[in-house]
Amino acid sequence: MAFEYEKWLRPGKLPHIWCPGCGHGIVMKGLIRALDTLQLKKEETAIVSGIGCASRLPGYMDCCTLHTAHGRAAAFATGVKMARPEMNVILCGGDGDGTAIGGNHFIHACRRNIDMTYIIMNNMIYGMTGGQFSPCTPTGAKASTTPYGNPDPGFDIAKLAIGAGASFVARGTAFHANQIDKLIVEAIQHKGFSVVEILDDCPTTYGRRNKYKSVIEMMNRLKDIAVPVKAAEKMDPEQLKGKVLTGVLYKEDKPEYCEQYKAVIERAQGAAR
Amino acid sequence: MAKKVAFMQGNEAAAHGALYAGCKFFAGYPITPSTEVAEVMSAELPKVGGKFIQMEDEIGAMAALIGASLTGLKALTSTSGPGLSLKQENIGYACITEVPCVIVNVMRGGPSTGMPTGPSQSDVMCAKWGTHGDHPAICLVPASVQELFEETVRAFNLAEKYRTPVMIMPDEIVAHMRERIVFPEPGEIPVVDRTAPSVTPDKYKPYDTSFGDVPPLAAFGSGYKFHVTGLNKMQDGFPTTKAEIVQAEEERQVRKVEANKAEIMKWEEYLVDDADVVVVAFGSTSRSARFAVDQARKQGIKAGLFRLITFWPFPEERLLEISKKVKAFISPEMNLGMCAGVIKGCIEGNAPVLGIFRVDGEPINPDQILDKMKEVK
Repeated sequence: MAFEYEKWLRPGKLPHIWCPGCGHGIVMKGLIRALDTLQLKKEETAIVSGIGCASRLPGYMDCCTLHTAHGRAAAFATGVKMARPEMNVILCGGDGDGTAIGGNHFIHACRRNIDMTYIIMNNMIYGMTGGQFSPCTPTGAKASTTPYGNPDPGFDIAKLAIGAGASFVARGTAFHANQIDKLIVEAIQHKGFSVVEILDDCPTTYGRRNKYKSVIEMMNRLKDIAVPVKAAEKMDPEQLKGKVLTGVLYKEDKPEYCEQYKAVIERAQGAAR
Repeated sequence: MAKKVAFMQGNEAAAHGALYAGCKFFAGYPITPSTEVAEVMSAELPKVGGKFIQMEDEIGAMAALIGASLTGLKALTSTSGPGLSLKQENIGYACITEVPCVIVNVMRGGPSTGMPTGPSQSDVMCAKWGTHGDHPAICLVPASVQELFEETVRAFNLAEKYRTPVMIMPDEIVAHMRERIVFPEPGEIPVVDRTAPSVTPDKYKPYDTSFGDVPPLAAFGSGYKFHVTGLNKMQDGFPTTKAEIVQAEEERQVRKVEANKAEIMKWEEYLVDDADVVVVAFGSTSRSARFAVDQARKQGIKAGLFRLITFWPFPEERLLEISKKVKAFISPEMNLGMCAGVIKGCIEGNAPVLGIFRVDGEPINPDQILDKMKEVK
């Protein structure tokens, strides 16, 4: 299938700010393929982000775009979606934005199961500010604020989302580019809060400090650690050590928030009559 | 037909004022002593097809408010001191992105958790300087239940007209007192809606100053697509670091309120013309002050009351004029001199400003004000 990439890009806004070798552009291209596949209306699609490298994505997209405050994308987006449930609302951002400063908004968006899709680009670092450790930086890794190795354990974003009540959770990687759009398509089609974590790379602020010699080496890491959920079923725990599951990890049908509130309106108006 | 009359609490009146103004969205977080605003909105909004959401925190409430307003809905939140501190991040976002919204902040003791059920007037500087950076500030300080209703309508009108957040700040006494209220008929108080774009979507720019200092605001989901960012922006909404654009935009954002302050400012003068001593007061304190002025007049003291209804923008020019004719100002306030400081800043030393400052959770009573008047020679 041929995709109309240019149709979705705002004229005159490229080149983007991302460094050579960064996976965010791969994710954006995947998002464009998803939107193109679904033939969404640009005017009816809001793309909402927080602050950070990944959060610059909406600016390049020719939709209703909202670049909010650090960590707040889910809260702003909740206002947009509740006010206009007919709009397609897509959130994007990085791991620090979404799981540290935005962690509270993230888990509560999951809990409400409001019909939005959240694409988290997890490059395990705060890239824009120069490489400080995030809640997704592996223990022991070097960051500009962990010069002796990171003492913190990391979050598993997918488990966090499932635990908090998200009804669709998927994971892909920037290496497996062709899978990204398929996961996003399924996430958007799902009625409820859907989370798509894309394991990503930051050669500039993470790779340099952690002995990755090239972007290719970082991409190969993504290739090596990813195990599709189906394949994992046939593997034993020893084989799965150090691996990360990819694909649709969780899916559940449960009441969606805007629908629930619609029922509130009906009850209130019934009571008023 | 007789008008609808009720015996109502201040916070409830604020909620009903918002509904009168056409508010269709509320996002909030429980906090004493403002929670009744949220409670009324949770019951009334769905009846008119509006939406109420209790968010996970004050920051998220302010964020959801802005998101909803960007889709064209008039949006309200309510809070109190600690919540106002948390909301400052996104109040700044609403200032720079120029998204209308209204914040009811019921003033209680502070800083921090302070005295949650005690009255205070100590958030007035936070209303102007709470969020970082230069930005416009509109803050209204009603003194009765009726006025809280009417000023909430005006808060929405100002927010919509000037594309900016507006704060309405009753002290806890005004918010929790119960008084008679006469509901205005629909249309009796004008209701202002934001200016919608007159150009087609392909020509639309969210900060197009060819339409003046307050450019029309389109709604997400109405066929217009545009970019909104908290970064310094150009007329098309996209970020810029170009010095001359940033300077011009920052100045315009402040100017759109400052240049129109004659319309935004509101105060009431009571026996000020021949007064030797003028009490400058607002909120519940102004009610004690009015009583004290009447008592003083009976005792032959030429006292007057200058009651602030709009706190920001502050009526600097009028107070400067008055300062040339009076022996002294008295500033009774439930804080340690915030309003007194602002008065001093605009009267060029023409008269002393005597303070009565209470932060003990007790209201300022008329006798305190009367005693202070007697100190003026």
